[in-house]
Amino acid sequence: MLQLTQVSKTFNPGTINEKKALREIDLHLKPGDFVTVIGGNGAGKSTMLNAVAGVWPVDSGAIHIDGMDVTGLQEHQRAQYIGRVFQDPMTGTAPNMQIVENLALAARRGKKRGLRWGVTKAEREEFGERLKILGLGLEDRMTARVGLLSGGQRQALTLLMASLQRPKLLLLDEHTAALDPATAQKVLELSDRIIRESGLTALMITHNMKDAIEHGSRLIMMNEGQIIFDAEGEEKKKLTKKDLMDKFAEIAGMQLDSDEILLTK
Amino acid sequence: MTTGTVFASLSLPNLISRMPGGIAQGIIWGVMALGVYITFRLLDVADLTVDGSFTTGGAVTVMLILSGWPAWAALLVAVLAGLLAGMVTGLLHTKLGIPAILAGILTQFALYSINLRIMGMSANKPVNPDRYALLLTSRTVPEAILVGALLAAALIAVLYWYFGTEQGSAIRATGSNPSMSRAQGINIGHMKVLGLSLSNGLVALSGGLMAQYQGFADINMGRGAIVIGLAAVIIGEVLCDAFFRKGWSFYTRLGFVVLGGVVYYIVMVIILWLRLDSNDLKLFTALLVAVFLAVPYLQAQRRSSFRLAGRNSAAAQGGRKEGN
Repeated sequence: MLQLTQVSKTFNPGTINEKKALREIDLHLKPGDFVTVIGGNGAGKSTMLNAVAGVWPVDSGAIHIDGMDVTGLQEHQRAQYIGRVFQDPMTGTAPNMQIVENLALAARRGKKRGLRWGVTKAEREEFGERLKILGLGLEDRMTARVGLLSGGQRQALTLLMASLQRPKLLLLDEHTAALDPATAQKVLELSDRIIRESGLTALMITHNMKDAIEHGSRLIMMNEGQIIFDAEGEEKKKLTKKDLMDKFAEIAGMQLDSDEILLTK
Repeated sequence: MTTGTVFASLSLPNLISRMPGGIAQGIIWGVMALGVYITFRLLDVADLTVDGSFTTGGAVTVMLILSGWPAWAALLVAVLAGLLAGMVTGLLHTKLGIPAILAGILTQFALYSINLRIMGMSANKPVNPDRYALLLTSRTVPEAILVGALLAAALIAVLYWYFGTEQGSAIRATGSNPSMSRAQGINIGHMKVLGLSLSNGLVALSGGLMAQYQGFADINMGRGAIVIGLAAVIIGEVLCDAFFRKGWSFYTRLGFVVLGGVVYYIVMVIILWLRLDSNDLKLFTALLVAVFLAVPYLQAQRRSSFRLAGRNSAAAQGGRKEGN
């Protein structure tokens, strides 16, 4: 479903701030793969997701989604294949617009936006049903401005928007990191449920090792712009936090006294 | 002249007789403010093209009427000219990466030359309402108010519809959150060009109306238009929030923007009636805009500020001396 071939990206090339953020990354996701991505700060996790989303052009390599070469497509052109939830709850929704308007915008992702009415009556009902799934009571506040919602509510709404059209790929960029633990857990469960029920292919970045092990069907670890560990199926199920830390120390050639440098518990 | 003689010379009937003219001009500037509202509020861009495109609208309208076009057709072409001016600003911004505010200044600057050319290299072109059929003129103010009000109402209806469509929603989303818009597949560059064009089309329409109303197009008629437009938008919003505390619908908001233009002009009429030097009008306009811009901020300060927190803290400590 997603194929990265020898993808590289260097920020600020030729300057003192030069940073090789991605080094010839190869990654293949099968349809239905739910991959959790872990790694320390600056490992290239977000950079990889941004490369897939098309936030900027990559320096070299190819990106295919469902067999289509999207390497030369701009962010808004790729958006029709991709659903995204960001770390900052403010990023994924338009605060000055109503809940129902935000959903309607997401429902038209990748479609021509003409002079038809922005939200149809049928959509209002459909969105109401979908909002009930979140269990946040948002179905009763559909005309409220999104700016009035809490971070957790906005993140849940963004998740719903991202999955509304059954994207070929769902990108979750530490989407629970800015939430309180209880809300984070709720949003994570919701993510699990949506991915499972719609059979989505997903990449989820997390700083939380426990979450990375407990969720998803496959786990990859990144360090210095490369994928240094990749486990799936039975191997992934058996992983423990200690395994990951040992793996990290072994491959990255570093001895860690705790996992705090890599991740949080 | 002493203060006493100034007040003695003020006549109320004189003020009342000037009011209708102020209202008519206010409505015309209100139409202009609708254009400013699109960029300033919906697109979140301060567009300075309007100083030029307002004049462009007036110049095109007058020149076409002088060459025998019917007034409505001349206005239509004026709108097209405004759309084009906005498009230039939009393309400078989105395709060449020039900051929006600078792109607007550049277009406005260039439009000065273009406007002069449109007017056949003369700085002022009169159009005599006796010889040409105009949509509105200052000779018949009540009629001008009616025409202006009907047109403003029609424009508000069209804008209400447009910004409710898929395309209009995409423009609003672009102004509200560009990152989210891109992630939802919206080409935000296109939307900015579209919004800037639309806005300047409205501004040119307003310029065309003003030229007919005053009976001439002048190369300087758009000078400071952005400030007047902003004044109308802000006055309208403050009034709207005051009347509708629990929220408002989009057409109410647009209606109040036009009303903001009217209130602005009424204030100007009063200032002139007070025999203040008309050369100081720009100073008063700036003061007025500053005051209305400050109102929402100061209101928020009244609810919550460090000074207030400090006072509450002192009260909570029950008069205990600091440091004890």
